[in-house]
Amino acid sequence: MREVAIVGIGLTKFGELWDQNVRDIFAEAALKAMEDAKINKIDSLYVGAMSGGLYNYQEHLASVMADYIGQVGVPAARVESACSSGSQAVRMGYYEIASGASDIVLVGGVEKMWDADDGTFVLATAADQEYEAYNGVTFPGLYAMMAQVYMQRYGLTREELAAVPIKNHKHAVHNPYAQYPFEITLKDVLKATKVADPFGLLDCSPITDGAAAIILAPLEIAHKFTDKPIKIKGVGAATGPIALHDHKDLTRIDAVRLSAERAYKAAGVTPKDIQFAEVHDCFSIAEIIVAEELGFFEYGTAGKAIANGEATYGGKVVINPSGGLKAKGHPVGATGVAQLIEATLQLQGRAGKRQIEGARLGLTQNMGGSGGSSVVHILEAL
Amino acid sequence: MANSQRYTREIPHRFRLEAQKFDDGFISLPNRYISPISGTRNFEKINLSGKGTILSFTIVHTPSDQFKLVNPYAVAIIETEEGARLTAMITDTAFEDIKIGAKVELIFRKMMQEGLSGIINYGYKAIVCK
Amino acid sequence: MVGIVGYGSYVPRYSIKISTIADQWGDDASSIENGLLLTEKTVPGRDEDSLTIAVQAAKYAVQRAQIDPQKIGAVYIGSESHPYVVKPSGTILVDALGIGPNVHTADFEFACKAGSEAMFVAYSHVKSGNMEYAMGIGADTSQGAPGDALEFAASAGGSAFIFGAENVIANVIETHSFATDTADFWRREAQMYPRHGGRFTGDPAYFKHVLNATRIVMEKANLKASDFAHAVFHMPNGRFPRKAGKIMGFTPEQMQQGLVVSLMGNTYSGSSITGFSAILDVLKPGEKALLVSFGSGAGSDAFIFEATDKIVDVQNKAPHIWEQLKNNRMYLTYGQYVAYRKKIQFNY
Repeated sequence: MREVAIVGIGLTKFGELWDQNVRDIFAEAALKAMEDAKINKIDSLYVGAMSGGLYNYQEHLASVMADYIGQVGVPAARVESACSSGSQAVRMGYYEIASGASDIVLVGGVEKMWDADDGTFVLATAADQEYEAYNGVTFPGLYAMMAQVYMQRYGLTREELAAVPIKNHKHAVHNPYAQYPFEITLKDVLKATKVADPFGLLDCSPITDGAAAIILAPLEIAHKFTDKPIKIKGVGAATGPIALHDHKDLTRIDAVRLSAERAYKAAGVTPKDIQFAEVHDCFSIAEIIVAEELGFFEYGTAGKAIANGEATYGGKVVINPSGGLKAKGHPVGATGVAQLIEATLQLQGRAGKRQIEGARLGLTQNMGGSGGSSVVHILEAL
Repeated sequence: MANSQRYTREIPHRFRLEAQKFDDGFISLPNRYISPISGTRNFEKINLSGKGTILSFTIVHTPSDQFKLVNPYAVAIIETEEGARLTAMITDTAFEDIKIGAKVELIFRKMMQEGLSGIINYGYKAIVCK
Repeated sequence: MVGIVGYGSYVPRYSIKISTIADQWGDDASSIENGLLLTEKTVPGRDEDSLTIAVQAAKYAVQRAQIDPQKIGAVYIGSESHPYVVKPSGTILVDALGIGPNVHTADFEFACKAGSEAMFVAYSHVKSGNMEYAMGIGADTSQGAPGDALEFAASAGGSAFIFGAENVIANVIETHSFATDTADFWRREAQMYPRHGGRFTGDPAYFKHVLNATRIVMEKANLKASDFAHAVFHMPNGRFPRKAGKIMGFTPEQMQQGLVVSLMGNTYSGSSITGFSAILDVLKPGEKALLVSFGSGAGSDAFIFEATDKIVDVQNKAPHIWEQLKNNRMYLTYGQYVAYRKKIQFNY
């Protein structure tokens, strides 16, 4: 298998992009990535998107996008794995290059969520439609049920839980692409509109329009496209039970642990080696559970560790320097790709005021549903 | 929302709590061909009693449109006395009586309806036992 | 003999006080309570309809009868608030209870007497030897227009009765039905609320049919009022059944147990039969009870029952109706009430 590198990146502003449709935002990110890699032709295209059908009444997204980025004729496929669609698309591109089938693959993720008639319904289709969504579950509700058990079992306080979004908003301040690049206070979090107990609005990632795209190429020719190719050192993916009620332990997300173990093994590194991570903080509890499953903290300790500053600059590992899903925004299908872009920027030393000093090795973790899928990528500066 | 054909085929599970008990002990409420625990394909059909315990719950304040008429409402993950796990809305119960570990009983209720002219969807909900 | 082998009643746990409704419309609560002789009424929860009520009542009936639901050969549900105008309630109920698919089922409508006619047909099936068991159910989420007199009484609840020939808890001694075309109360297709003829619903409708049915059934059985432990008549309010009972020679003591209307209101198809269910909760072996329904339009079904020794074995196998009415209540504001009953227009 060939080694694979990221040689170009492109991102749209995340937010409420009222004037752009789903094609526009994808094309903006994809064309930026092609400019970044100084190419105008690709061999293959993958599009990560959760629900073009329900959000925009548009399926067949891969062909739509190939057409609108001037690449008609290339093979193209859309990859769907709920909120991990983006990173699953990256994984497809990774293996297409590793296998030798293609040399230049554009992997993009997109979601145009503000077109939805009923966005809560769309997201709930990532749960078991007949046995969770039918019974009134919402996505905040599923993670809230994890939080309830976690808080009771480990004595995590509401204030400690709030530390996650507070930290991530602080990180986002210096991210020009972030949807909410401003700080929030503990009082803001505690007084926010109720969503699903114990969560208020500020425990939840927002509804976001946005797209992200990367260009992948074999490492051996990566320098043709960029001075600073970023090596994808390891990839791991896993599935978990589709319904939260089938998780043996409601405070664990096994798919995250499995995907991380596979990625660490592929990369030949351990959690201690990771300097920073972009993780799937769709809800405040998610970052805590994921940080434990990734091996950064012992089970039951990540919440307090994050509240104590262990996951920000100067701490044990910087989690979500971009602001995470919470503050950067969470355009579902784009999120997994955008995480790799943040990691690339950090490893290339292009992260501006949010640059992590000496960043050499970073990790991204992206998941779907209540842990039905998880994908981990480990990236390295050369 | 479930249209009539999708709705009708789930009736045995939703109305009568028909479940499969695999020979490794795993109980599945919707049908499966294979146990996720051991991979066994041997099972017997059982009807759950409808009695169980709350493992976790939340109060949903921002439902999808189909549940707005019952907003806000509680949802729980329940372990039945047979050891099956399921998700159910909690009804007819004051929010302060809903606790992890509380005993519940499943009852037959209206879940939602397809607009003004579509079918009515029925199913199970839980009541906290006093 | 053929009679009841199991019975069950269910009322939603939500109620509204008559005074709450009176306050809303600027009416004098105490004069209304005194006029109607009721103080509160039940209201269906937001996820309840006449069918979910029927299902719970039927579950209690099966629980008391302790029979295999598969042996029930017919199920009839009487209601004037079937969830669908076209599509049977009965099929939903039989699937919910594990009855059938080898079952005869039909939905009945006859204003407030649809429940007793469901019982009548179920009883007749067993008596004719058509089948081993048959179930008759009456359940309603009664409609009453905002500000109309009906709003003070129209309520929610229902009862189910399984008839059989073995292990009978109360034998049917006699029946009689009495019906004429009398347009005292009606609801046309696609209308949300019924209309009624005001005082025309009294003597020419309620009393004419109830008193005739009562008189004839007692004559047929050769029984007089003092032979009964309890009697119950349809309860559009608390006043009509008391007056009917008094005319027929029943004492307040004989009437008391069945007068669930004081806390339940008028559950239309579930009214008199739920009062009868309250009587079954306390009826002693050998005691007789009279049930007379009334449905506008108009007609009455009358039944005379006599309890067997077996009744004491089943009475406590499901919740008693008076306990349901007295305990664990949640009282609604008028605003909650109109939202629960969807009397305001929603946009989804």
